[in-house]
Amino acid sequence: MAENIVTLFQWLVFLGISLTCIFASIMVVSNKNPVHCALWMVLTFLATAGLYVLLHSTFIAVVQVIVYAGAIMMLILFVVMLLDLEVELRSKLKFLYSKAIGGFLALLLMLGIFYAVITRVLQGSSGSFTPEKVSGVGSTRAVGEVLFTDYLLPFEVASILLVAGIVGAVILSKKREPRKE
Amino acid sequence: MIIPAVPPSCYLVLGAILFTIGVIGALTRRNAIVVFMCIELMLNSVNLSFITLSRFLNSPHGIMFVFFVLAVAAAEAAVGLAIFVQLYRTRETINVDEINLMKW
Repeated sequence: MAENIVTLFQWLVFLGISLTCIFASIMVVSNKNPVHCALWMVLTFLATAGLYVLLHSTFIAVVQVIVYAGAIMMLILFVVMLLDLEVELRSKLKFLYSKAIGGFLALLLMLGIFYAVITRVLQGSSGSFTPEKVSGVGSTRAVGEVLFTDYLLPFEVASILLVAGIVGAVILSKKREPRKE
Repeated sequence: MIIPAVPPSCYLVLGAILFTIGVIGALTRRNAIVVFMCIELMLNSVNLSFITLSRFLNSPHGIMFVFFVLAVAAAEAAVGLAIFVQLYRTRETINVDEINLMKW
């Protein structure tokens, strides 16, 4: 009986979060104002973090909130504020055949993914990274132990990538002064 | 009567729906920043699928992939937004229909 209550609670949380997620992402796509889009996007990311908690990976959920909902969305909001987008706000969302075709193709893609997901059972051998083991040592420690042993080289490559991103952003956004002859 | 736990296909279907919404946005919106946000939405849905498979196969590799996708998304955001600012300075617009030349 107690297990039933736990799974029922999980179902309720899953349904609530997934409906929130779908609604917020539809608002991201359909809203005209980029600032509103960004705020709905934050809600989408927070809801996804809730799903990660439901899937027992709390570390990734916290990283999601800090990096995605915090850092990246704040960067996007800053850039929206730097640019003057009033002209686009006044123009109406026009209906174009290219848009209709694009939406139709995207729906076909969704049906394809549905078919692939529903008809196949989960394949592949099950590993030893069980939720009981993870909750025994804590999600952060379990992730860190794998990250700094098996995935050490990709981790260092990711740090080089981030440095390249920082340098590229600084150089791109520098104001080019006209050369003095 | 025992209620079954949430099966992995539910999470994967949710990921598919979010991915499709992102694709529709990236194909139909004309503001470059909104297109960029839709791409982030697609990355997010793929992350959800990775975490789901990692949880139901008891494997840490999916979580590692999500970690690197997050790092790539952060670098991409920094460089992409710098490109948008530079584009706006030179072209006065970030409408992707009007930005159709490689060099101005």
